[in-house]
Amino acid sequence: MEMYRYLPALIGGMLIGLSATMFLLFNGRVAGISGIVGRLAQGVNTGLNAAFVAGLMLGPILFHGLFGRWPVVAVTSSWPLIICAGFLVGLGTRMGSGCTSGHGVLGLARFSRRSVAAVVTFLATGIAAVTILRIAGL
Amino acid sequence: MKHSYAQLAIALVSGSLFGFGLSLAGMLNPQRVQGFLDVFGAWDPSLAFVLGGAVAVAMLGMQIIRISTHPILEPRYHISTQTGVDPTLILGSAIFGIGWGLGGLCPGPAVALLSMGLVKPTVFVVCMVVGMQVHDRLLGASGTSDPPIDLHPLR
Repeated sequence: MEMYRYLPALIGGMLIGLSATMFLLFNGRVAGISGIVGRLAQGVNTGLNAAFVAGLMLGPILFHGLFGRWPVVAVTSSWPLIICAGFLVGLGTRMGSGCTSGHGVLGLARFSRRSVAAVVTFLATGIAAVTILRIAGL
Repeated sequence: MKHSYAQLAIALVSGSLFGFGLSLAGMLNPQRVQGFLDVFGAWDPSLAFVLGGAVAVAMLGMQIIRISTHPILEPRYHISTQTGVDPTLILGSAIFGIGWGLGGLCPGPAVALLSMGLVKPTVFVVCMVVGMQVHDRLLGASGTSDPPIDLHPLR
C-alpha cells in the first residue's frame, strides 16, 4: 500500500500536535519554536525556554535510542544558500511573529486569521524559492 | 520570572516529544522539506501529512483548552490577542518562506539537529539567531516579550 510510506509522517505530526497541546494546557504557552528561541536569545523566561530547546535537541537522540540509527539528513544547499537561508529565517520569523510551529500548527488549530495569512504567505514564497533554485540549477 | 520544576519538566517533555516527532516524520531532512515545496517538480507530500496530523491533534487539544479556565500549572494563558493581518506579518512571513525554501530548514528542525553535530545545520542556527537579533535590536522587539495577555482569547 502506497499510503504506508506516509505513516511515519502522520504519526510524527500527531506527536508534534500532542507536544503543542501539552505545552499550552500545562504551561499556558504556545510551542512556537521561533518565539522560544528568540526569547531565549533575549533572556526572557530563560529556564522554561532552555528546557524546551534541550528537549527538542533530545528528539533525534531518542530516535537513535529507539531505532538504532540517526534520522536521515541530506543538506543539498550550498554554503552561501545556507547562510542566507538562516539569516532570512531568523529575521522573517521574528518579523512575522512565528514560523511553521506557532502559525502552522497552533495558529491553524485555533483558526487564527493572522496565522492562516502567515501560512499561505510562507508556503507561497517557499514554493517560489525552491522553484527558482531548481530552474537556476542551484 | 521563576518557573516551578513541574513547568520545567513539562517544557522538557514537550520539547522532546516535538523533536522526536520531527525525527520520526523525516522532517529533519531539508531535502524532504524542499521536496514538499517543489510542487512543480518531483513533489513529496510528506509535510502535508505531518502538518495535517499535528493540526488535527492540536484542534482536539484546543477543545479541552477552551473549556479550561486557566492552564494547569500557570494562572493564565499567554496567547497573542492580535487579530489584524498587517503588512509586517505578511512581509515577515514572506521573508521566512524564502529562507525556508533556500535551506529546507525552519527553526524547529534546525534546533533539533544541533544534537547531531552536523556543520551546515549548526551554521544555519547561528545565522538564524543573528537574523533574530538584527530584527529584535534594530527593527523593534515586537513579539519578543512574553505575550502580555490574559483574556483566554481561545474562547
